[in-house]
Amino acid sequence: MIALSLNGVNKYFGKTQVLKDIDISIEDGEFVVFVGPSGCGKSTLLRIIAGLEDASSGSVSIAGQDVTYEAPSKRGIAMVFQSYALYPHLNVKGNMSLALKQEKQSKDVIEQRIAKAAQMLNLESYLNRFPSELSGGQRQRVAIGRAIVREPTLFLFDEPLSNLDAALRMNTRLEIANLHKQLATTMVYVTHDQTEAMTLADKIVVLRDGVVEQTGTPMELYNDPRNQFVAGFLGAPSMNFLPASVFNATDDRTLGVRPEDLFIDEAGPISAQVNHVEQLGGDTNLIVRMDERQLTLRLFGQHHIAEDSRIRLNFANEKAYYFDANGNRA
Amino acid sequence: MHGALILYTLIALFPVFVIVINSFKKRKSIFREPLSLPDAGSFSLVGYETVLKQGEFFSYFQNSMIVTVVSLFFILLFGAMAAFALSEYRFPGNKWMGLYLALGIMIPIRIGTVAILELMVSTGLVNTLTALILVYIAQGLPLAVFILSEFMHQVSDDLKNAARVDGLSEYTIFFRIVLPLVRPAMATVAVFNMIPIWNDLWFPLILAPAEATKTLTLGSQVFIGQYVTNWNAVLSALSMAILPVLILYVIFSRQLIRGITSGAVK
Repeated sequence: MIALSLNGVNKYFGKTQVLKDIDISIEDGEFVVFVGPSGCGKSTLLRIIAGLEDASSGSVSIAGQDVTYEAPSKRGIAMVFQSYALYPHLNVKGNMSLALKQEKQSKDVIEQRIAKAAQMLNLESYLNRFPSELSGGQRQRVAIGRAIVREPTLFLFDEPLSNLDAALRMNTRLEIANLHKQLATTMVYVTHDQTEAMTLADKIVVLRDGVVEQTGTPMELYNDPRNQFVAGFLGAPSMNFLPASVFNATDDRTLGVRPEDLFIDEAGPISAQVNHVEQLGGDTNLIVRMDERQLTLRLFGQHHIAEDSRIRLNFANEKAYYFDANGNRA
Repeated sequence: MHGALILYTLIALFPVFVIVINSFKKRKSIFREPLSLPDAGSFSLVGYETVLKQGEFFSYFQNSMIVTVVSLFFILLFGAMAAFALSEYRFPGNKWMGLYLALGIMIPIRIGTVAILELMVSTGLVNTLTALILVYIAQGLPLAVFILSEFMHQVSDDLKNAARVDGLSEYTIFFRIVLPLVRPAMATVAVFNMIPIWNDLWFPLILAPAEATKTLTLGSQVFIGQYVTNWNAVLSALSMAILPVLILYVIFSRQLIRGITSGAVK
């Protein structure tokens, strides 16, 4: 069944078009991540799905119902915000129960749902605390709890991890992934962080300047990017791009090689100078200069390579991607 | 730094201090030694007796209280509502409307006294407390809208949107989410408006000079004559008039301090 479908959604702010003819359809139970650089329209798109922003044209339907003109609370959605958006004057329990009280649910139902959500998120001992007495990670869990108790048909996450520090971000990411397994509800997740997109998504939608660049599973996008933007956006460190003319004077395409597909080879065609070595323990990243171009090379394990030394690099041709002048795969 | 503040405090409080000490003295002592504290020889409650026996004092007090409290209530209510609309909704002319509402800060309402009086006469509101309340609401709204809309801009959009997703109506969002968060600003506005209203002599004198609608400030003037002024009574009346403002101020001031410093200290 289709949980969410967007048909020809356009959005203008004044004269600027921020979303251009967006068509997306999401299957029931899928975890879909909208990813793109800031300003690409992904948050606006999420707000249109939530009903917090009106589409200038096009329609939104959730679980088969056209909800283009419905109020946010009537759409069967729950949303988790980047800034947590907890009500500062209500305690954790009050925050989680407000929507249910608004729906006129019975006391028993409210109690039971809060207990269930609190147990799921390890919030039982914090129910009477106020948001100001919680740490960032706890606040984010309360925000998620507030979404869970409503038992929505669609969860919307607006960059929920970007206010957390790196260690907490990874834990919360795992929690969200587990939550999705437990609840099996459709989730739409917006982020600018490609790692979150790759690790969480069943399906990634890459957006740029209000246009869907490509849609697919993380590995489809990684292995078969449709254009240079998608290729460069997914994967960290990001893909190296070189003019193919370096190797073949008549070739005017752009050549892309992922950092892990480059390797050191005495007989390789690329001569480069080591600029910087990043030792990560498990991996070693080499930042090298080839003429005026900077390339990144990812080696597994620990390597001791002197800075400023000259090395020669090679790559397997089947691992290379070619893009034409417009950035499309060629 | 502290020295300067203490000096300023002393200068600001000195007249109040002189009023209060002299209100407890005999008439002769007020003139002979205006700066000395009341002692056994000069102590007298004659001023307070006169004021309280005059009988109308409580009625004046009540009028002042009604006018101040009702005006404040509506200034805060309408001011906050207008500020919410201006800061929250995008509609054509939003900016101009905000500017128009703020314009009142720069134009003193007293310029329009004659027109206001004519208006009150033709609507039959002269010598009613309603006349005063209406004028004070008009006088207080510009600053209230200006201050409150600045503060409401700072209430995070995510919070209001979260409430919308949770199914709260715009009115519930306003009363249950936004108002509690701008409470310090509300207290600031309340204090800024309360004192001029309580102390005002101009509009009570012009719009409601009748005995039944006299306010405390106006009522105290009966003791000031053209030839003889009953200083004991004037000073006692003024001392008592300070009290309620002081009490209200103490109530609001905890909030007020947060209102003025919020954002500076997170």
